[in-house]
Amino acid sequence: MFSYIVKRLLVAIPTLLIISVFVFSLQKLLPGDPVLAMAGEERDPQLIEYLREKYRLNDPVPIQYIHWLGSAVQGDLGMSLRTNQPVLTLVAQKLPVTVQLAIMSMLFAFAIGIPMGILAAVKKNTALDYVANVVALSGLSIPNFWLGIMLILLVSVHLGWLPASGYRPFFEDPLNSIKTMLMPAFVLGNALAATLMRHTRSAMVSVLSADYIRTARAKGLAERSVVLEHSFRNAVLPIVTLSALLFGELLAGAVLTEQIFTIPGFGKLIVDAVFTRDYAVVQGVVLCTAVGFILMNLVADVLYVVLNPRMRASL
Amino acid sequence: MKIAKLLPALVSTVLLAFPAYAAELKIGLQDDADVLDPAQSQTFVGRIVYTALCDKLVDISPDLKIVPQLATEWNWSDDGKELTMKLREGVKFHDGTPFNAEAVVYDIERSMTLPESRRKSELKSVEKVEAVSEYEVKFTLNNPDVTLLASLSDRAGMMVSPTAAKEMGANFGNKPVCSGPFKFVERVQQSRIVLEKFEDYWNKDNIFIDKVTYLPIPDTTVRLANLRAGDLDMIERLAASDAESVKSDPNLSYESVVGTGWLGIYFNVGDDPKADNPLGKDKRVRQAFSLAIDREAANQIVYEGTSMAGNQPFSPKSPWYDSNFPVPARDIEKAKALLKEAGHDRVPVEMLVTNNPVAMQFMQIVQSMVAEAGFDVSLKTTEFTTLLDEMSAGTYQVGRADWSGRSDPDGNIHQFLTCKAALNDSKYCNPEVDKLLNEGRQSPDNAVRKQKYDEAMAILQDDVPMTFIGHQAWIWALNKKVSGFVPTPDGMIRLVGVKKAD
Repeated sequence: MFSYIVKRLLVAIPTLLIISVFVFSLQKLLPGDPVLAMAGEERDPQLIEYLREKYRLNDPVPIQYIHWLGSAVQGDLGMSLRTNQPVLTLVAQKLPVTVQLAIMSMLFAFAIGIPMGILAAVKKNTALDYVANVVALSGLSIPNFWLGIMLILLVSVHLGWLPASGYRPFFEDPLNSIKTMLMPAFVLGNALAATLMRHTRSAMVSVLSADYIRTARAKGLAERSVVLEHSFRNAVLPIVTLSALLFGELLAGAVLTEQIFTIPGFGKLIVDAVFTRDYAVVQGVVLCTAVGFILMNLVADVLYVVLNPRMRASL
Repeated sequence: MKIAKLLPALVSTVLLAFPAYAAELKIGLQDDADVLDPAQSQTFVGRIVYTALCDKLVDISPDLKIVPQLATEWNWSDDGKELTMKLREGVKFHDGTPFNAEAVVYDIERSMTLPESRRKSELKSVEKVEAVSEYEVKFTLNNPDVTLLASLSDRAGMMVSPTAAKEMGANFGNKPVCSGPFKFVERVQQSRIVLEKFEDYWNKDNIFIDKVTYLPIPDTTVRLANLRAGDLDMIERLAASDAESVKSDPNLSYESVVGTGWLGIYFNVGDDPKADNPLGKDKRVRQAFSLAIDREAANQIVYEGTSMAGNQPFSPKSPWYDSNFPVPARDIEKAKALLKEAGHDRVPVEMLVTNNPVAMQFMQIVQSMVAEAGFDVSLKTTEFTTLLDEMSAGTYQVGRADWSGRSDPDGNIHQFLTCKAALNDSKYCNPEVDKLLNEGRQSPDNAVRKQKYDEAMAILQDDVPMTFIGHQAWIWALNKKVSGFVPTPDGMIRLVGVKKAD
C-alpha cells in the first residue's frame, strides 16, 4: 500500500511540471503589461524599468520559467507584484478558507444529494423519484450568483438570521466562522448535490437489480437493511470517485460565490491576480490547486482499496 | 431576590461599569487596497484607508482648499522656489516616535529615493528638504511648483514613522506605522483591514469611533445588501442605479458630491499606424465627433442624474472651469458639415472600452449618437489591463478611460496633455500647450494660473486630442446611525467628527 502511494506521488511530478509550463506560457500570451497595471495612475518610466528588472520581466520567457522553477522547488513561489507579499504567505492565508468552504459545501452536498439519490432509486419511477429529479435539476440550473444574492436578500436583509459577509477564520472564532460560511457552502453544495444525487440514483438502481439483493430480500431481510447495508455499500464506489473530483474542483476556489459572500479564498485571489497580471500569484495558486486535485484523486483511489477488499490483491 | 430580577440588575451594573460604548465602524470598499505603504501604494481604496491611518502635512477641505494638518502654516518665497512649513508640536507616531522636522525630511527623502517609490514624479520639483529647526522644515525646489502643496495633501505628504520605515524598508506596508487617528491592527488580503483608535492622536477629542474595519466587496449590489443587513455601516461608490432606492430607505442616508475626476475619450493623434485615420489626422473630424455627443443626455441615462455633463478636465462647478467654453449642445448639422469639409462622408472608428457594464453602456449611447453624424463606431471591449497596455503603447484609434481626479487643476490636465507626459495616451504634443501648462504650475497667484489654463483650454478645445464628456459623482450610502460624515470631492472618507449611535 505504502509503495503504491509513493509510486502515485512520483507520477504526479511530471504532471505538475507540465501544468506549470502550460500555465506559465498561457499567462505570457495574455495581452497587458503587469508593470503598467502596478504603476497605476502614476506611470513613471524610471520606476517601470526598475520593476521590470526587479521581477525579471525583461528576460526571455523560458529563462523566466527556469528561474521560477528553480525557486519553486526550494519552496519559494516568488512575490506578489501587487502587494509585495510572498506568494506562499498568500496561499497559506487562503488555503484554510478554501478548504473550510470545500468541506462545508461537500457536507451540504452529501446531506442533500445522497439521501435523495437513494430515495429516488428505491422509489424508482414514482412521484417521489420525479420530484427528486426536478429538485436536482433546478439545483444544477440555478446560477450560483443568483442564488447567492437571493439568499443574502432573504436570510440576511429580511430575516436577519445570518451575516451576509465578514468571514472570520475558523480557529479564531469557530461559531461565527461557520455562520458566515453557511450560505456560501449551501450555494455551492446545492449545485453539487444535484450531480451527486444523479450518480447515487443510477448506482443504486443498478445494484438494487442485482441477484444478491433479490437473495437478500428472499432471505426476509428488512428493507432498510437491504437498502442501506447491502446495496448502498456496493453503490458507494462511483460516489467516492465523484466526490473526490468534486472536492478537488472546490479546492480551485469558487469565484462567483466567494465574490458575493466576500470569502477570501483561492477563487478571488486568482481572479484578481489574473486581472492585474500578477504572474507569480497565478502560477502559485494553480500549482497548489493542481497538487490538491492530484491528492484528492489519490485519496479516492486509496479509499477504493479500503472500501473494496477485492481490490487489495491488485496492488 | 429571584433570579429573574437579579439578572437585569446584574446586566445593568455591568453596562454602567463600561459607560464608553465601543463604536465600531464597518466600511465596504469597492476593491481591496494594494500595499499599505504611502510611498508605494497606487489604489484609490488605499487612499481611503490612509485618511484614517496616516496624517498628511496638509489636507483638502470640502471646497478643495489646502488646510493645515501636520503642518500648521506655510509660506512660499517670492521666487516660488522655497516652501517653508511650521509643524504641529506634540504629535506622535503610532509607535511613540515623535513627529518633528527630522521625520519630515526622512519621509520626503524616502519617497524620493526608495527604488519602489511611486511618489517620485509627484516630488520631482523638490531639490532638497531640510530641517530648519525642530518644528520647521524647508523645501527647496529646482523650479517654481505650486502643485507641490497638492501633492503633500496626498500620499507624498503622508508621514510614516521613520523608526518603522528604517526597520521594515520596502516591506513597511505589511505593518504600516503612521500618525493618523487610527492605528493598524491587521490585514487579511481580500478580506479586511482593521484599524483601532490611536489614544495619543493630537486631535483625539474629535474622534468618536473606536475601531474601523474596511471590507472589500467588489459587487455593488452585494455591498448594498450588506449595508441593508446591518453588516456594514457605510459603503463607497454606490451604483447610480441604486441611488433612488437608498434615498427612499428610512434606515439609510445618501451622500454624494461631484468629483474632481473626469470621463474622457482619447483620440490617438500620435505616429503609430493605428493613428493614421481621419480622427487621428484631422481635428475637424474630432470636433465633429465631439459635437455629435449629447453629453447631458448620456450622463442622465447612465448615471441617473448623479453625474455632471462636462467638456473640460475641470467640472463646470470648478473655479478652474473656463466659462468661455460652456458644455456644447449636440449639433448634428454642424458635425456633418465639418465631416464634409474634411472630405468624409462616413468614418469607420474602432473604440476601446473596458468591459464594465457602466462604461459599455455609456459608449453604446455615444456610438449611436455619433452614428447620426457619420461615424461607424465598432466598440472593442477588453478588460482594464489590456486597455491600459494598448492605450499607453498608442496602438489604438479611440479609447475611453476615466481619471479619478486630483484637487489641484494641474493634476487633472498636465500629465495627460503635455508632450511625452506619463499619461499622455493621446500622444498629443503642442509646444504652446506645454508652455502654458508648465507656467500654470509656477505662479502662486490663482488668477495668473487661471489665465494660463484658459489659454491652454482655447487651444485644446480646437485641437481636441481628448474630449471630456462628464464628471462622475462619488456616492456613499450610510446607515442612519452614522452621523457627521462630510463628503469631499476627492472621494475620501474622513473619520474626524464621524459618530455612530448605538
